[in-house]
Amino acid sequence: MSGDTIAARPARALPGSGEHRRHVLVAVVQNRTGVLNRVASLMRARNFNIESLSVSHTDSDDVSRMTITIHGDEFHVEQAIKQLYRLIDVLKVQDVTDEPSVQHELALVKVRATDRNRGEIVSIVEMYRGRVVDLAPDAAIVEVTGTEAEVDALIALLRGFGIKELVRTGAVVMARGSASIEEATKR
Amino acid sequence: MTVTKGEGARSGTHSHVPDAGTPTAEAIEKARRDMLHQGRIEKRTRIGADVVCEALLRQGVDVIFGYPGGVILPLYDVFGDYPELRHVLVRHEQGAAHAADGYARSTGRVGVCLGTSGPGATNLVTGIATAQLDSIPMVAITGNVPGALIGKDAFQEIDITGITLPMTKHNYLVRSADDIAAVFAEAFHIARSGRPGPVHIDLTKDALQGETRAEHPDQEEVLARLPGFRPTLDGHPRQLKTVAHEIAKAKRPVILAGHGILIAEAWDELRELAEKARIPVAWSLLGIGAMDEDHPLAYGYMGMHGWKHVNRAIQSADLIIALGMRFDDRVTGNVKTYAPHARIVHVDIDPAEIGKNVAVDVPVVGDVRRVLAALLPLVAPVDHEARASYMEQLAEWRRDSEASSWHGSGTWRNGLLSADYVVERIGALNDHDATMVADVGQNQMWTARYAGYRRPHSHLSSGGLGTMGYSMPAAMGAALGRPDKKTWAIVGDGGFQMTIQELATLVQDDIPVKIALLDNHKLGMIRQWQELVYANNYHSSDMVGPDYLKLAEAYGIPAWKATRPEEVDDAILAANAADGPALVWFEIASEQNVFPMMPAGKGLSDLLEEPGLEVDE
Repeated sequence: MSGDTIAARPARALPGSGEHRRHVLVAVVQNRTGVLNRVASLMRARNFNIESLSVSHTDSDDVSRMTITIHGDEFHVEQAIKQLYRLIDVLKVQDVTDEPSVQHELALVKVRATDRNRGEIVSIVEMYRGRVVDLAPDAAIVEVTGTEAEVDALIALLRGFGIKELVRTGAVVMARGSASIEEATKR
Repeated sequence: MTVTKGEGARSGTHSHVPDAGTPTAEAIEKARRDMLHQGRIEKRTRIGADVVCEALLRQGVDVIFGYPGGVILPLYDVFGDYPELRHVLVRHEQGAAHAADGYARSTGRVGVCLGTSGPGATNLVTGIATAQLDSIPMVAITGNVPGALIGKDAFQEIDITGITLPMTKHNYLVRSADDIAAVFAEAFHIARSGRPGPVHIDLTKDALQGETRAEHPDQEEVLARLPGFRPTLDGHPRQLKTVAHEIAKAKRPVILAGHGILIAEAWDELRELAEKARIPVAWSLLGIGAMDEDHPLAYGYMGMHGWKHVNRAIQSADLIIALGMRFDDRVTGNVKTYAPHARIVHVDIDPAEIGKNVAVDVPVVGDVRRVLAALLPLVAPVDHEARASYMEQLAEWRRDSEASSWHGSGTWRNGLLSADYVVERIGALNDHDATMVADVGQNQMWTARYAGYRRPHSHLSSGGLGTMGYSMPAAMGAALGRPDKKTWAIVGDGGFQMTIQELATLVQDDIPVKIALLDNHKLGMIRQWQELVYANNYHSSDMVGPDYLKLAEAYGIPAWKATRPEEVDDAILAANAADGPALVWFEIASEQNVFPMMPAGKGLSDLLEEPGLEVDE
């Protein structure tokens, strides 16, 4: 056929071979019943792997904000964003992975502490700008906020004393500068 | 509170007493309803159930398909007061959902179905999913247990909004009568706007029974309540210029027309574009009817069981203009080998469809009618000369392909009745103007390939979900939606027996659906795959069915049987001439396959064709 004379173009398959990495999405959503369920259900049904998801109120009562970290390449993540937009309650989604931003999480760590090593624990925690928020005869609760890496590092050090319990919020994120994703949703 | 029913305050009198004796409870109830209808009772408390009916009427709904049950009874208790709302009592809630779907597809309006909580609601699920996969505007209403009982595993309680959440465009659980008006206004707006889809509304029994003075919001208020739902309607002007440029460059362009053309009512613009730039039009299963098949530029049905010439054109095209379609795997086959020489223009109202299945060169997000209307003036007319050799090639491919897949004399092997012939005759004897409602499987592919379509919304088929049992209930909805057209349900013996109970609905509501039962005593498509893909390893594809003439007789439906080609026309005409529903039992060759066929995982260039087909015309 005549098409043979034309140089073959690349296959129609989606590239999908880009660099797989962690992406952080911020979604501003209407604060309606079940919106968290909708987002979580969609991510599951469409085969997107959520690493962490945090939800909170914003300054306006009818709007909530989600920080979603997922793993994938840029096409995967772009498709995730488009699918999120199909949800009626979703107002705005932004991939802030490559934007200058503050990405922090909070961790509470219940660590074994005796009279002998309590001072050592406190000094390590202070180095990471954490603090001891509860003390018991044989344990302490440490609170720390920071980037995922900072929190990881402190936890690694505390592990040597024996971690009894650990909870992390997952990242919450905000772009630096004066631009506001929430203001961008107000039409 | 009390409100005045009906339009404006009617002065009435309460002096009327129904003639009695000793009235039964039934008679008293009937009298109460009669009085309501006639405006003799002017005041009654307005409850949530009234708001549902008001909302349906405000949305222009004239028929709903449903099935009563415990918690939805408050709604049935007021239906009598709204005689403009026709309620069709189906025999199974799946039938209600498919009927609403058929109504929507045949008219372009929102279809409405209704069921009670628990099993009533779960029975709707298959029909709602069918609508979701095919972007059908539908509002599905269910009842639920009183709010205080939710989460207690009450009788007939199930978390139905949890079930429908991933398979609806949106859903609602309404727990207060005050919220009903706003929710219904939102639901209809969402169902029909942008890319259409089903919206599910779950109403607790106390919401239906609660008194309310909530008013129905106007369109502006609805939009204000949905700040996250703003479909993009107009294509980006720069993208449109790029599309026009691509068209000007192309030597072998093909238009792929999808369901979006029908949803957006863009068939005129489609034809104008094809004519102006002399581009052949191929269509997907749901794009059938977007182009009059008699048009010289109408090239044919594409994909897994599409025409060989059409798939050939796509594989050799240098430009594909995809309009309101989503590159389903049944359309593309293996995407790696799909349309290897083509640049792809993709127009769709749903941004998530662009770049979902295939890589696209020129994306345009927008309503396809508006996009085409804006594009047309930018497109340079292409003259006959410029396309002469291309058109010649296309015509040659078409002759070759049609000769190799058509049993024109009506018989397959050994004189057995050929299904493609039956479908072709139904199309022809109805002047290609009937609404043809296919089921799923071989019958669906024969219906898509051979009936011949000349108008939009004349072909209904469950494409995305592939729901067997779809045909007859969907045809019920289509027959009520378009009473001016004949409605034919084309169904195999497998699918027919899945929703066969709706025969009674056809009789009770006198719905004139004509049923063409293509009976091969097999699950034909399963048998075909077992033959061709699973090395003749047949299992569970043989089917014993009833004597369908006796069955039809038992329901009081006139029926005919045809087993030879010369009996086909008479049977079709007899069914057409019957007043109400009718059935024609076509006993077809049991081992006829649908060819060509693209095996799963293969590409459009790897079509299986019928071995040794003798052209007997």
